[in-house]
Amino acid sequence: MVKVLVPSGALGLNYDKQALARGIAARPDIIAIDGGSTDSGPSYLGRGVSKYARSSTKIEWAGLMEARAQASCPLLIGTAGTCGTDSAVDWMLDITREIAAEQGRPVKIAVLRSSQDAKEMAEAFDQGRISPLPNAPEIDAGTFASCTNIVALAGVEQITAALATGADIVIAGRTTDTAIIAALPLREGCHAGGAWHGAKIGECGALCATNPQSGVILIDFDAEGFTVTPLADGAQATPHTVSAHMLYENSDPFILHEPGGHLDVTQARYAALDARSVRVTGSEWVPSDRYTVKLEGARGAGFQTVVMALIRDPHYVAHAEEWADDIIQKCSAKVRDRLGADPDDFTIEIRIIGKTASFGTLETNHDLPPEVGAIGIVTAKTEALSQEVGKLLNPYLLHHPLTVEEEVPTFAFLFSPPEMYRGQTYEFVLNHVLQLDDPMDAFSLEVHEVG
Amino acid sequence: MRLARLKDIAAKVRSKNAGPFWLTVDIFCGSSEAFAAVQQRLDTAKAAHLFGAEPQLMKRFEMPDLNVIKLSLPRPEIQGAPADRDMHGASWAALLAEMEV
Repeated sequence: MVKVLVPSGALGLNYDKQALARGIAARPDIIAIDGGSTDSGPSYLGRGVSKYARSSTKIEWAGLMEARAQASCPLLIGTAGTCGTDSAVDWMLDITREIAAEQGRPVKIAVLRSSQDAKEMAEAFDQGRISPLPNAPEIDAGTFASCTNIVALAGVEQITAALATGADIVIAGRTTDTAIIAALPLREGCHAGGAWHGAKIGECGALCATNPQSGVILIDFDAEGFTVTPLADGAQATPHTVSAHMLYENSDPFILHEPGGHLDVTQARYAALDARSVRVTGSEWVPSDRYTVKLEGARGAGFQTVVMALIRDPHYVAHAEEWADDIIQKCSAKVRDRLGADPDDFTIEIRIIGKTASFGTLETNHDLPPEVGAIGIVTAKTEALSQEVGKLLNPYLLHHPLTVEEEVPTFAFLFSPPEMYRGQTYEFVLNHVLQLDDPMDAFSLEVHEVG
Repeated sequence: MRLARLKDIAAKVRSKNAGPFWLTVDIFCGSSEAFAAVQQRLDTAKAAHLFGAEPQLMKRFEMPDLNVIKLSLPRPEIQGAPADRDMHGASWAALLAEMEV
């Protein structure tokens, strides 16, 4: 039997303190929490930074370090600092050192690093050790050098190595969401399908139960499967809430690919143990022939300036799209004319909020709203060009008439100046796996004694 | 058969990223009767067309135990790319919910 306490779906989302105290009283073997995902977009990986405030992260992490001391068990965070790059791991390590000093308690910290060297990845690509997953973008060996950050997702093998150092705290770079929960149960010989399935159910904390925002859950792993129990007042896991969680952010609700194999829950059985706990058995782990880890990479995708106007005139609301298309055409011509800019070096887009901003030409609801927002988005190769094009776009969004005959209109700007400079944007470019002979080949481990 | 919109039959439609490259839409029917109706009326190819996706790339899963039908498709734009309009893939559900079935 291995008990894993999961305080919430991610560090930074807060957790119920009373429920956490119940979890500690249940004597967990490990406290495991996720620190990130790709779900907030490519900018965090591109820049190698956390999306959450340092203050929130520190307060919540201090609470978990205190809980770890009380429970006398390891505390583990995966995908530290949202993206799990070395820079994000160092940020988390710095916060941990600060807290250890403030709590006056020496701790042994294992750090697992997941950042990848672009040159080594290009070599691996040339050797045929990097292969695409479904719907992967086309890449070549040069793609890796264009990335500002590349990470590999660690699985249970690397987490197990980090735990084997005997560390009180493990700060891991990018890992799969499930590996941080499944690692200890697998090491202790619990049912493999149950370990991975329980980890998938528990990776978002209490999202697999009622009162999902309460965060804290306890998962008991054993030789046949697992039992999940949410710990907050009023939170209940039911066979429906637990099995429905397999749908969440999964393109296939029955199969989950992980380093070293895949989980198949087609035959899983979900049974209510009591009013709040669910027992799951029958999940299957299918090992693969090759050991692969998934890669994530982000690169710069241009510098953006955003200009927004509000349109309340019913005539312009009704014809907003043709008005926007005319502006894009005229303003693009002016950029080429006045700046001599290469058309490939910039794009101007105007999305009409209130009508077609969500789906563009795919929108099926054509009801007219009382007002719309016109958000002009300039994406350019350089910062200077982006800002200059933003300024050229400004007068159009303020005064552009639908036809030359009509009186010059004026639309509403929200700010002075109206141009909002967003800096560099990023894009995800890798949806690939890297084949490894030894799971630690793409990862490194170090131990710090702190305090 | 009278045409209804999906949201008139199903209890809830939810869309979300399934990683940066895939989008997934969960139709929670709410009852076995609604599940049977959606199962029969929801045309996968029509839904693919609605999303501007290739019908043969659309995956459909039917889960009668949960009264859920799930559709997964390659993301119309890669998450967060300059042309992407919806970072978390949250709004696509509305388009499907309003589709006539």
